[in-house]
Amino acid sequence: MEFFRIKKDIPFMRHALVFNIISLITFLLAVFFLATKGLHLSIEFTGGTLIEVSYQQAADLEKIRKKLETDGFTDTQVINFGSSRDVLIRVPIKAGETNKVSENVKASLDALGDTPEIKRVEFVGPQVGKELAEDGALALLLVIIGIVIYLAFRFEWRFAVSAIIANLHDVIIILGFFAFFQWEFSLPVLAAVLAVLGYSVNESVVVFDRVRETFKKQRGLTTPEVINHAITSTISRTIITHGSTQMMVTSMLIFGGAALHYFALALTIGILFGIYSSVLVASPLVMWLGVSREQFVKKKAEKPEGATEDGACV
Amino acid sequence: MNKYPLWKNATVVIALVLGLLYTLPNFFGEVPAVQVSSVKATIKLDQRLQSRVEESLAAAGIQPTGLFFDQNSIRVRLADTDTQLKAKDVIEKALNPDPAEASYSVALNLLSASPDWLTGMHALPMYLGLDLRGGVHFLLQVDMKGALTKRLDSVGADLRTLMRDKNIRHGGIQREGNTLVIRFREVEIRDKARAVLMDNQPDLDLLEGQSGSDFKLTATLKPTAQKRIQEFAIKQNMTTLHNRINELGVAEPVIQQQGADRIVVQLPGVQDTAKAKDILGRTATLEVRMVDDENSANATVLASAEQGQPPAGTEYYVERGGRGLLVKKQVVLTGERLTDAQAGFDSQTQEPAVHLTLDSAGARIFKDVTRENVGKRMAILLIEKGKGEVVTAPVIRTEIGGGRVQISGRMTTVEANDVALLLRAGSLAAPMDIIEERTIGPSLGADNIAKGFNSTLWGFMAIAIFMTAYYLLFGFVSVTALSANLLFLVGLLSLLQATLTLPGIAAVALTLGMAIDANVLINERVREELRNGATPQAAITAGYERAWGTILDSNITTLIAGVALLIFGSGPVRGFAVVHCLGILTSIFSSVVVSRALVNVIYGSRRKLEAVSIGQVWKPGV
Repeated sequence: MEFFRIKKDIPFMRHALVFNIISLITFLLAVFFLATKGLHLSIEFTGGTLIEVSYQQAADLEKIRKKLETDGFTDTQVINFGSSRDVLIRVPIKAGETNKVSENVKASLDALGDTPEIKRVEFVGPQVGKELAEDGALALLLVIIGIVIYLAFRFEWRFAVSAIIANLHDVIIILGFFAFFQWEFSLPVLAAVLAVLGYSVNESVVVFDRVRETFKKQRGLTTPEVINHAITSTISRTIITHGSTQMMVTSMLIFGGAALHYFALALTIGILFGIYSSVLVASPLVMWLGVSREQFVKKKAEKPEGATEDGACV
Repeated sequence: MNKYPLWKNATVVIALVLGLLYTLPNFFGEVPAVQVSSVKATIKLDQRLQSRVEESLAAAGIQPTGLFFDQNSIRVRLADTDTQLKAKDVIEKALNPDPAEASYSVALNLLSASPDWLTGMHALPMYLGLDLRGGVHFLLQVDMKGALTKRLDSVGADLRTLMRDKNIRHGGIQREGNTLVIRFREVEIRDKARAVLMDNQPDLDLLEGQSGSDFKLTATLKPTAQKRIQEFAIKQNMTTLHNRINELGVAEPVIQQQGADRIVVQLPGVQDTAKAKDILGRTATLEVRMVDDENSANATVLASAEQGQPPAGTEYYVERGGRGLLVKKQVVLTGERLTDAQAGFDSQTQEPAVHLTLDSAGARIFKDVTRENVGKRMAILLIEKGKGEVVTAPVIRTEIGGGRVQISGRMTTVEANDVALLLRAGSLAAPMDIIEERTIGPSLGADNIAKGFNSTLWGFMAIAIFMTAYYLLFGFVSVTALSANLLFLVGLLSLLQATLTLPGIAAVALTLGMAIDANVLINERVREELRNGATPQAAITAGYERAWGTILDSNITTLIAGVALLIFGSGPVRGFAVVHCLGILTSIFSSVVVSRALVNVIYGSRRKLEAVSIGQVWKPGV
């Protein structure tokens, strides 16, 4: 079997502007939704109490809401979770409140008649939530700096900058999806976003590796031609790898249940946009930043005789 | 020719065998067990206790499938959960005849069901996190400011005594926030006081000042002293938590310090959060007060006091052993003055006793009080949740100086140990708040395992089928390498006993999905070499060599993200990051070295290799 029977290099760079405009629009839309709607942060970040209970029969959410309201829990969210018998209750944090919320909610629910089974309780103090949000932002920053330094060291600053711009725009787009659909943004989702960031930078690395090799090996090609060649000769690997990873993620979406749902969803968006941006956004950026053959040839000349090639590629 | 040197093949084989060995316990799973451990620091487990456990089980007709003894616990392996519950009751009755005075904690636990030789080489099943096995998790914040003010208050009292001893007249010592302010009328006195303080209180930084006609000395705790106090406070609180959690009978509690001022408490299997919180949040303090002997001897007064009407200025308490007595409300000494409490024996009568050590101010107060009250009784009270209990109320025989106090009389060795422990660890050094709580029911835990397992299984199957169909034999080799990766990862997680959480399982799945990238890179490269007309053997060599640099690059960028998560992640994210990072490392080895070894075995020794089974190699224009 061979899926990719490509006779000539595909002229990706001819459409470079179109690709970048598409991604610019998606990016701006994502920023717009992030700004207007904001992320629906989980209680891990905001602080509060979350209680997951399971009833014998389908639960009457309206009754639960009313009961909690009369018992003094305002702004409480009561929703089904997974099935009609499972209920998720979110109680926002209030100043001066102790950690007795879960017990009080349980008492209120028990007072309604059918005693539900408590499946999960999470309480996060406001201070912890704030720290988690800060730590998350720091982790993101560390990933960005780490990757830029590594790529700049391994390739050249132009590659590092384009790769990180292309992949950060992925991150923003994932966040944009979460803002638009108001999906819950939790710690595992943050982990997924960061994992995807590291993962889709790979993609750029593979293409860049090939760009460098082509520059070194073949004379007389223009920069767009070199990039076209690099993308074309790695496209089959790109699709197959991402397809395989996506199979695993799809399996998580199907079998992972509610706990892994948003995690898998974030990965799916990340993988799909990752292919697009790391190949079709990063490469034009490198071109416009002015990558040229001389940068590699000069580099090679500085090396002592007999040094191995700087990295291999596909 | 594509041949690995012997050492490389040996490395692969050894790694695979080790991976298999350490993965094995996960297949055996865990069986129900009962764990016996000592509640009291002074009671050690011994062979005698083990035979007592055995005898009691035999008497009840319960046949354990294994009995393990180590320094901290005796663990009895049992056939099923019904026997487990029965065995727990039997052992509980045999070891703790009086439930109120339990010396051993008997808890339900799970033990690895693997054969002894595996357990002997520390091959244990993966350590499941709370979200997979159910239980409660608390994050407690220690109020360090509280610990410091508490300390400053006691330093203030020390200073007052010191000034009196040295005949320095001051205009008052007050705590203002985090400082102690001492006022003086004259400069000379202040300077004298300053010199005395410098000699006697090395922990204080002193600052001179003036307000109105008064001269001031502002004392603050030195940063090193503050640090020491805070470290002591957190250690003390952890000891206290340990002792309290023992009461709950939890098999494997986790009590760890997190950061400078936080404590993580994890209680696997515990569902009753209300009780757990109650026990964790308990604060106990020690107080020494004088007994109102006159009224305590008067039966009518005592009777009315028992009805809730004690004479003014006194409180009614029941002593251990059941006798009521009246204790004056005025506090002579508090637990802050206590630096140590040890059980021992009276040097003359050989009776069990508790030896207390007081700090300098406490020693002075104690000396004064005992001198003035020879022949009277003093009561030592433990105040918990506003309720006091008289631990002991001994008669003062002589003046006691030097800060070394011995409590003896009407105590058994066990009681002496109890009292020492209570006094030593019964109180928290600083208040604590629960700032994070997570409770996971056992059914949800089992559910999570199933979901995580199924996701990984089906995803793996899909990848395996696709790879084999697309790359034929090379695809099969890739899938074998991926299985080896899974083996290494699970083996490593079992060996390190890293906590596996649901995000951790998700990371296993995701890492496998990403790890296949390396083999796709290699296979595509080999195809490309073939397409360009290389001989099969040369194509294999070039394919692996050329792909290596790219594999390294791409794994390093992924690793950077993983490490960032490891550094900044907490809770569930940390579980994800640990597995993710380990998985990247194992995948580099398995996808490059293991798969190459396999390819070498299959094709490497054939001199006249015409074609390799890597699927169709399409050539443009053919």
